Amino acid sequence: MGIKKGLKVLAASALSLGLLAGCNASGGSGGSGGGSGKVIKIATQTPLSGGSATLGESIKLGAQLALEENKKKFEDLGYKLQLQPYDDQGDPKKGVANAQLIGSDKAILGVVGHLNSGVSIPSSEVYEKYKVPMVSPANTATEVTDRGLKTVNRIVARDDFQGPAGADFAINKLGAKKIFVVQDKTAYGTGLADAFKKAAEDAGAEILGYEGITVGEKDFNGVLTQVLSKKPDLVFFGGLYTEGGQLIRQARDKGISIPFMGGDGLDSSTLVEIAGDAVENVYYTSVAADASKTSEGQDFAAKYKEKFNKNVESYSAYGYDSMSVLLKGLEAAIKGSDGDLPAREKVAEEVRKVQDFQGVVTKVGFDDIGDNKFAKVYIYKFSEAKYPGVQEGEISK
Amino acid sequence: MQKLTNKLKGNKLAQIILLVLYVVVTSLSLYLAQASVTAFLLMLFSLLLLYYTELPVRLKWLIAGVVLIGVIPFVSSTGPGYQSYMEVATVVGIYVAMALGLNIVVGLAGLLDLGFVAFFAIGSYTYGIFATGQAANFMPFGSFPLSGNSFWIFILIGCFAAALFGVLLGIPVLRVKGDYLAIVTLGFGEIIRIVFNNLDKPVNITNGAMGLASVQPPEIFGYQFVYPNQFYYIVLGILLLVILAVRRFEFSKIGRSWKAVRENEIAAQSMGIHLVRTKLLAFAIGASFSGMMGVVFAAKQTFVDPTSFTLLESITILVMVILGGMGSVPGVILGAAVITILNLQVLTEVTNYLNQLSLDGVISFPEALSPAKMQRFIFGAILIVFAIYRPQGLIPAKNPVFDEESLKEGSKKHKKEQIAVEPDKGFQA
Amino acid sequence: MLAEILQSLPQVLVDGLALGAIYAVIALGYTMVYGILELINFAHGEIFMTGAFIGVAMLILMTGMGWLAAMPAILALILVLIVTSVLTGFMGVGIERMAYRPLRNSPKLITLISAIGVSFLLQDLVRFITEYKRGNYILTGPSMFNEQFSIKFSSISSSFSDAFFKTSTLILVVAVIIMMVGLDFFVNKTKWGMAMRAVAQDRETASLMSINVNRVISLTFFIGSALGGATGVLFAVQYGTIDPYIGFILGLKAFTAAVLGGIGNIRGAMAGGLMLGLLEMFAAANLQLLTGGIFGAEYKDVFAFAILIVVLIFKPEGLFGKAVTEKV
Repeated sequence: MGIKKGLKVLAASALSLGLLAGCNASGGSGGSGGGSGKVIKIATQTPLSGGSATLGESIKLGAQLALEENKKKFEDLGYKLQLQPYDDQGDPKKGVANAQLIGSDKAILGVVGHLNSGVSIPSSEVYEKYKVPMVSPANTATEVTDRGLKTVNRIVARDDFQGPAGADFAINKLGAKKIFVVQDKTAYGTGLADAFKKAAEDAGAEILGYEGITVGEKDFNGVLTQVLSKKPDLVFFGGLYTEGGQLIRQARDKGISIPFMGGDGLDSSTLVEIAGDAVENVYYTSVAADASKTSEGQDFAAKYKEKFNKNVESYSAYGYDSMSVLLKGLEAAIKGSDGDLPAREKVAEEVRKVQDFQGVVTKVGFDDIGDNKFAKVYIYKFSEAKYPGVQEGEISK
Repeated sequence: MQKLTNKLKGNKLAQIILLVLYVVVTSLSLYLAQASVTAFLLMLFSLLLLYYTELPVRLKWLIAGVVLIGVIPFVSSTGPGYQSYMEVATVVGIYVAMALGLNIVVGLAGLLDLGFVAFFAIGSYTYGIFATGQAANFMPFGSFPLSGNSFWIFILIGCFAAALFGVLLGIPVLRVKGDYLAIVTLGFGEIIRIVFNNLDKPVNITNGAMGLASVQPPEIFGYQFVYPNQFYYIVLGILLLVILAVRRFEFSKIGRSWKAVRENEIAAQSMGIHLVRTKLLAFAIGASFSGMMGVVFAAKQTFVDPTSFTLLESITILVMVILGGMGSVPGVILGAAVITILNLQVLTEVTNYLNQLSLDGVISFPEALSPAKMQRFIFGAILIVFAIYRPQGLIPAKNPVFDEESLKEGSKKHKKEQIAVEPDKGFQA
Repeated sequence: MLAEILQSLPQVLVDGLALGAIYAVIALGYTMVYGILELINFAHGEIFMTGAFIGVAMLILMTGMGWLAAMPAILALILVLIVTSVLTGFMGVGIERMAYRPLRNSPKLITLISAIGVSFLLQDLVRFITEYKRGNYILTGPSMFNEQFSIKFSSISSSFSDAFFKTSTLILVVAVIIMMVGLDFFVNKTKWGMAMRAVAQDRETASLMSINVNRVISLTFFIGSALGGATGVLFAVQYGTIDPYIGFILGLKAFTAAVLGGIGNIRGAMAGGLMLGLLEMFAAANLQLLTGGIFGAEYKDVFAFAILIVVLIFKPEGLFGKAVTEKV
């Protein structure tokens, strides 16, 4: 019976708390209405925890940088910009739940995200319902834009562009005739590996094996034994840097010295950390340009370093550019409605209309399903244990 | 305070007044202060309050119905937070049903199942495969995707498919007992997930890791269910059925056999209980609830892929059951609600708040400590603390106690058998 | 097809042996605790993981201070192994005290739940500490024992190809053999070992024979956890990179190995671990070949769990265990 009593006490206190909560929150929303104009929030949704947190975090920080640089401009228009980061944990369920939160928060007028196509696809269905424009800095799966949603845009290349570009380079530049494909059985890895395999087969290469590994495992010797006995000229890996690094390292331990190739999932400093010297002779295609080559890129890297005391990752600049594109659309929408708070549809329309925007790493112009017309694929090579690799080539549509 | 509670006890009128007052106040605060998570939580708290009043059971159900169907959707509907509250409420409903299913297996029958999410996956995929173009890959006839009208039939199909798998899994697995069962079910859960993840060849059934996108939304008479507030009512309906079924089962012959098996298999067997049949029934019924909700989940999410059905998910459902109280229906409902809300709203909100603080430069907050990442820590702590200090959970299970005298008096009073209730001693012994 | 399998067999054997050795030592921890408390110590996989993190942290620290360069690598490794196993040993004792002992008379279900809780708690604690210190919870240790060797199987018969391995594999296998032989000696030949066996057989009778049951249980946890922690270090040296989630699935497989060998049976666990490692490696390398491309390496975990389930159903006492009839 003791609990009963306790509960009633609790209930009574909850009651008074409820009253308090009511007063508090209503007071709060009234207060923020004044100040320096109305608040416009832009959300980011990327994995801030879990295996790919490094990449997710870098997108968020890049976006944050762009937002803060644009704060002044929007203040002149009478709006206060705010960043609202969400953590999708790389989990579609969490992504959708967050998307509902984003959709129902009327102050949010745009989303930068996600990292994983698997999260992006279901979440964007929700954004579409609420007409929230989304600009993806990293999703490469074809399904993301192929559904023809009005709100979904991306500034990077598609898998059916990245995979074939890799295959083309592997066959024509590296002279690979016999290829072994390994993938990590995630939406990303499967999509990329399938696209690569198809293009390689079409270009006349022989696929000696097509194997899957398990994310989170550390021992890939079984698959590598197959590689060893089949003697290919090149191994293609569709997957992320954690498994990729381990795979490469164990392959070199087995005396497999042939080139490895992977997609943008390998484009991380952690790969070098994991694989160490074994990373030599590894190629990766990336939808992200090497920001350290251009002067804008170097400026960006310096600003980023100064602000967050971290080195840029491959997607930092893409987070930055995605946010910039989104804000450009937003600005146009605000101007289009004579300074009034624009409707989300309007912002989405304006974002889609962006045709000729020069970002830090890429030029952006959206076609009618939201793919970037200027997206390119870059090919890098690691010739020593140093990140990033050396740019070997670039392929545009 | 002491006096107040004493006065309240036994005074039904005062309780009703207090409850109504509470509902009104929280409704008002939710109505006025939109997008206030606190207000929403306090609103939900009224249901718990209701549980502890001493009103007649029917009246409690009536009030709960009014609050759930009318008050909560209505007062939150006016503001911007509406859909996200409804999303949370829908997900809570889905998890409550699953936790109730697991409660039958773990709480009543005493079989620790660590791969429970597999049945949820089966439900999701049954609808996901047929409500997208996927089925056309291997079905020799019919045109796919099926329309959203088929959703209602699929709730039943998902239910039976999961139950069938429950039995299929149960037949071999139930030969092992105790701890082994936990490990074997865990293995089964993983196997199902890996198989779904890889069934894109030789015949493409599940589309592998790419998942099934654009699942048809439910539809009835041309009316489409797209938004969370619409799914809320579907889930509420199914949940009502599930709760009724669970209460019926618990006090039926089969429910008593489950408890007997849980306490002592050998003794139960010697009393003429068919061990395998009893356990299989627990597996099948528990699984069927999950299967139904799986179908709803697929339709709500419009996307099904294997990453939604990991081991962590199974453990989460287990935490709900342990937290609420094994074998106790109200307890499990509370546990599921608390954990889901914690996961979806509280942790996210707290993280956002802390992020905002560190963005504004008020405090520097290490990213590693972010509450949203502490899920495993919190679950682990809950499991240990509850196992050690309160194994019977937040709301312990109660067993009806029969008065010998009145039983002897025979059939005259047989409807008034249940005289008092006493905490279930089963798990503390 | 057979020729291809034969061709790769030497490499599969070497890799399988290394993986199996790790399974075997972790399986020991499970089997010892189960033998005495009839509890699946879910946290054991996490103790292994924590051991790996402690080991790598020490190695990194030693590299930073220049000690690693100053002393022979093998000496450094032995030092790290000893310190880590003592630390994890005490950790195991602590876990037993805090999370299992209060529940010794509770139903097994409750203890099991507590064990799952400990496992989750440890995962997140390690994740938190690593991430806080280094900004990333994936940890890569200094590169050690990387010299490559090959055994020239091809000189025996041309149907085999050579097998490659590293010094660390050799160290791993040798260290595991030492640990297993040592444990076997301890359990079968010493007084404390006898006490352990007595407690495992019948706790109450053992306590009547003036055995301090609590202390024996603590000792069991200490030894099991120390072995687990040491294996963690060896794992980290062998595979290079670790994260806080390596323990769970690995622990599960090690438990499978323990069951395979007959739970509660120390020699059985060793044999079971080696068998599972070899089988898994064989499956990863040859499943695609055997099934004509329908199933691939991605099914190897299914394969491992399927073995577990089949063994439990048809021979629940394991391959080397004795069947126990239940006392009423």
